[in-house]
Amino acid sequence: MTVVRIVRYALWAAVALMLVGLGTVYYLRESGEGPLLASSIKGGPFNLVDQTGSPVTEAALKGHPSAMFFGYTFCPDICPTTLYDMTELMGELGPDADKLKVYFVTVDPERDTQAVMAEYLSAFDPRFTGLTGSREEIDRIIAAYRVYARKVERDEGPYLMDHTATVYLLDGEGALTGTLDYHEATETAVAKLRRLIGSG
Amino acid sequence: MRIPVLAAVAASLLSAVAFAAEPLKVGDLEIEGLWARATPPGAVVAGGFMTITNTGASGDTLVGVASPVAGIGEVHEMKVEDGVMTMRPLDGGLPIPAGGTVTLKPGGYHIMLVDLKAPLKKGEDVPVTLTFEKAGTVEATFHVAPIGAPGPVADHSMGEGE
Repeated sequence: MTVVRIVRYALWAAVALMLVGLGTVYYLRESGEGPLLASSIKGGPFNLVDQTGSPVTEAALKGHPSAMFFGYTFCPDICPTTLYDMTELMGELGPDADKLKVYFVTVDPERDTQAVMAEYLSAFDPRFTGLTGSREEIDRIIAAYRVYARKVERDEGPYLMDHTATVYLLDGEGALTGTLDYHEATETAVAKLRRLIGSG
Repeated sequence: MRIPVLAAVAASLLSAVAFAAEPLKVGDLEIEGLWARATPPGAVVAGGFMTITNTGASGDTLVGVASPVAGIGEVHEMKVEDGVMTMRPLDGGLPIPAGGTVTLKPGGYHIMLVDLKAPLKKGEDVPVTLTFEKAGTVEATFHVAPIGAPGPVADHSMGEGE
C-alpha cells in the first residue's frame, strides 16, 4: 500500500466520520433525544433580588431545571404574553410544574423596581420569580446568558427596550440546554419542558 | 321623561346595539374588532388592537391616538427577529391603503397606551379617539379582553360577571 493510498483512505474515513457526526447531530436535534441544544452558555455569577426582596444568586439555579426569560414591564405585548403563556404551560405540566423554577429577569431595572415586579407578577403564576437589581448586576446576568438588551431613547415619550424574547431552558447547573421560541406551539413547548424536568 | 330626551336615549341605545354588529365608520374607513388586553397590576402600558378597512379610492393614515385612561397614545410596530423583540412607534403613522385592510394584533401593529392612570380590567370599555389624516377623528371603544388573550372576546354587551 502506497503512502498516497493510505492518505486517501484516511481522508475518506475522516469524511465518513464527519457525515456520521453531522447525521447524529441532526438526528438528535430532530428526534429531541439528548441535550436540546449543545451550548456554551453556562451562565455566571450574579447578585439580584426577587420580587419579595430576597437575594438571589446563581446558586439558586443549581439542582433543578429552570426556564428563564428577559423582558420589562413597560412592554404591552410580548412580555405579558410570555408570562401568560408560561402560566398556562405551568398548568399543562400539572404537578410536574413544581420541579421547574421560572425566572422573569428585567432588562430595565431603573423602572422595574422590586415593588413594580411584585405587583406585575401578581397577575401570573405565583411560583414565578422576578429578578431585578442594580444596573451592573442586571448587566452581568445579561452578559452571562448572552442576552441582547438595548435601551432605545426617543425624542418624545419614554424610552423603550429591545431585548431577546426567547425563553431559555436551563439545566441543573444553570447552563443553557434549550429554548422556547416566541409563539412556539403549546404541545411542543410542553414536550420540551417535560424533557427538561425529566418527566417526558 | 320628555320626548326629545327619550328619543336621544333610544337613539343612543340603538347606536350601541348597531355598534356591536356593524363596523364603526368614518369617511371611507370601517373599523371593527376593537379590543385591548387587560394589564397586570402596576403596568403603565397597554396594547390596543383593531381591524381597519379602507373602502375608498385613496389611502389614509392612522396618525393619532388619545384616551382619557392614558397620558400618551402611540401607534407601534412590534417585531421579533432572530429572537430579539423590537418595538418602535410609527413616526409617519400607520398607512391604510386604498381598498386595503390593516389588522393591529398581538405580534404586529398595536396601539400603545402609555402612562395608564389605572390598570385595564377584563370586561371594561376604554374610550379612545382615533385620528386619521383624511377621514378625520372618530370616537371608538376598546373592549378589554383578559391578559394574554390572543384576540378580542365575544360580544360582552349582554352583561358579564365582572
